[in-house]
Amino acid sequence: MNGCHSPGPKTGLLPNPSILPPRPVNDRPIIVAIVGPPNSGKSTLFNRLTGLRQKVANFPGVTVEHRMGKAKLKSHHEVFLVDLPGIYSLHPRAEDEQVTHDVLKGERGDFPKPDSVILILDATNLGRNLVLAAPVLSLGMPTLILLNMADDLAVRGGKVDVAALSNELNCPVALISASKGMGIDSIQQFLEGTAARLNAPPPKIELPVLQDVPKCRQWAHKLGVRASYKAPAPPLWTRRLDAVFLHPVAGPLIFAAVVIAVFQSIFSWAKPLMDGMQDLVSTSGVWMSHVLPDSPWRSLLIDGVWSGVGSVVVFLPQILLLFLFIGILEDSGYLARAALIADRTMARFGLQGKSFIPLLSAYACAVPAVMATRVIENKRDRIATIMIAPLMTCSARLPVYTLLIAAFVPNLPILGGFLSLPAATMLSLYVLGFVTAILIARLLKSTILKSKSSSFVLEMPPYRWPTLRSLSLRLIDRAKVFLHRAGTVILLVAIVLWVLAHLPLEHGQTPPIEHSFAGTVGKAIEPAIKPLGFNWKIGIGLITSLAAREVIVGTLGTIYGIEGKEPSTGLQAAVHQDLSTAGAVALLIFFAFAMQCFSTLAVVKRETGGWRWPVFQFSYMLALAYSGSWLAFHLANYFLH
Amino acid sequence: MASRKRTSKGASHPTPLTLADLPTGQRCILDRLDLPEDTARRLMELGFLPGNEIVPGRRAPGGGPRVFRVDGSEVALRRETASRLYIRRDPESDLVVLS
Repeated sequence: MNGCHSPGPKTGLLPNPSILPPRPVNDRPIIVAIVGPPNSGKSTLFNRLTGLRQKVANFPGVTVEHRMGKAKLKSHHEVFLVDLPGIYSLHPRAEDEQVTHDVLKGERGDFPKPDSVILILDATNLGRNLVLAAPVLSLGMPTLILLNMADDLAVRGGKVDVAALSNELNCPVALISASKGMGIDSIQQFLEGTAARLNAPPPKIELPVLQDVPKCRQWAHKLGVRASYKAPAPPLWTRRLDAVFLHPVAGPLIFAAVVIAVFQSIFSWAKPLMDGMQDLVSTSGVWMSHVLPDSPWRSLLIDGVWSGVGSVVVFLPQILLLFLFIGILEDSGYLARAALIADRTMARFGLQGKSFIPLLSAYACAVPAVMATRVIENKRDRIATIMIAPLMTCSARLPVYTLLIAAFVPNLPILGGFLSLPAATMLSLYVLGFVTAILIARLLKSTILKSKSSSFVLEMPPYRWPTLRSLSLRLIDRAKVFLHRAGTVILLVAIVLWVLAHLPLEHGQTPPIEHSFAGTVGKAIEPAIKPLGFNWKIGIGLITSLAAREVIVGTLGTIYGIEGKEPSTGLQAAVHQDLSTAGAVALLIFFAFAMQCFSTLAVVKRETGGWRWPVFQFSYMLALAYSGSWLAFHLANYFLH
Repeated sequence: MASRKRTSKGASHPTPLTLADLPTGQRCILDRLDLPEDTARRLMELGFLPGNEIVPGRRAPGGGPRVFRVDGSEVALRRETASRLYIRRDPESDLVVLS
């Protein structure tokens, strides 16, 4: 290889940071911003440096646009890293670039100005990437420049003289591979020293006029020549793969096959894991009921908390599997191709290929998806995408769908055994969400959000192997978010529900659930939901699921737990007593359309700057859910008798 | 793939050629960008600078955007954007590179 593990000649770190005056002790920790163009490996580096000490929260009220993490350092210094959205220049065009721009300039009220910058560039295309060094160095902050993908550069026969580049720019430069972990020592050294540095010396090579793009590009070219940069050979594998993935016939077929395979495996692979979790939850519940003395507290713990939270936690393997697939698609670079394939279809519905990426991540969760719409430059396109994002089948719907499908849809092979009937039902619910979403987009874009067709500019990253490391970090992250929700929102709902289901006392005894507060509320809304085929118990679930969709599963778990049905027969069997098949179809449709997610509403409010859009979104989705499930109930009754 | 808007194929071109007119693999040199300022700026940041070489690559299935090789990377543009980028043929090499 190219020996970038020997930091001596390759890395041009500042001579001796300790001779510089010590940094004044502030009341806040040191913050280092990681910036770079899209696909240069910012997040990989961030993950590499912070490991599990990072925080990515998907809850309203928590800052979500930048990921923060504590760097792993040998000394006791506390250095926080912040991973900012990718930029091509400091001339922002889309909202996500605005975030990076504002943070770097210290213009964000809610975030302190970083103390120094790590600029990460793609070494395999240094000519164009170096352009970004000009605006970043002009900020005058201590900067470390990392030339990432050293492994790829070496394999494809490219070269660069790091010491020369460091000398020209008068700042430390290192050649690294964030995914392989090469050259990471130099970053540690910089981070240790960053506490001691106040100002950066200006570069020896004069910076260009930042407004003039051709001048900046010439400047970067000159710099590349001085650093004897030799561009690597074109990525042959990427071209070979594109010949297949973008083939006029094979391309769309592979696209469809990938989507179908994902759903089939979510269903079949997750099944044994979920059964295992289910066994664990129910046997531990039974064990606890033997160990604990009989008291209202035992009932609260087992019937309320354990049944409620446990019936949601069971779905963790399935949700992680979905995130695993989305992670592989994203990290490998296929997602950009998918956006390309989808652009024409999206354009027909008034959107564009870039709307496809947030919409795809909405399959995992609408909250990050709403945030991901920031890449869309056109404001009206962006609002339209936000409005339809929650119609995509998010992972919170998965527990509800899985429960109802497993309870009501027989496991029969179809299409010659290629797909099972439950998987096909699941797939059609996903398709239903997507088709409805683009029809609504079309409606919005031809009425209240009319605009001229916008441009579509998307860089195609080379294909890369997703690393085990980055995939597992993603999954750990999601598991944390999911379990956090189970431990807070769902736990709280389970406890409140248990209390409401046990009061008021009748002659000093807990009442039958129909007579409890929860039952009264359920009965009160029963007339409104009876036409959809739902009874009052489902009604309670619909109300509690306003907090988050998967709460209905926990609620039903709690209700049946109180009634003493659940542990023996399982939630699937218990739900059969309260829903007809037509009612189950209607409930599936209701969940496909209804906006039952407080977190999403909160993030939409924040992103659109007011209550107008979230209120509109909630209302139209509720209207759609009600009419859709009414229609589904009656159609299903007609066809299934 | 026959494009609908192909202009008359004479020896001399009465209308200036754009990126949308080129067959796959035909190298060319970008002449000027006829686009709103912010879009033009973004394209320039991505390497669509006057004087730079551009090679048209694959088109997305069904007449979607097309991938262009420019300045060491690959960037996809819709046809309506590509048709606003005026080009001149590369005088040095008129060879078609297919890969």
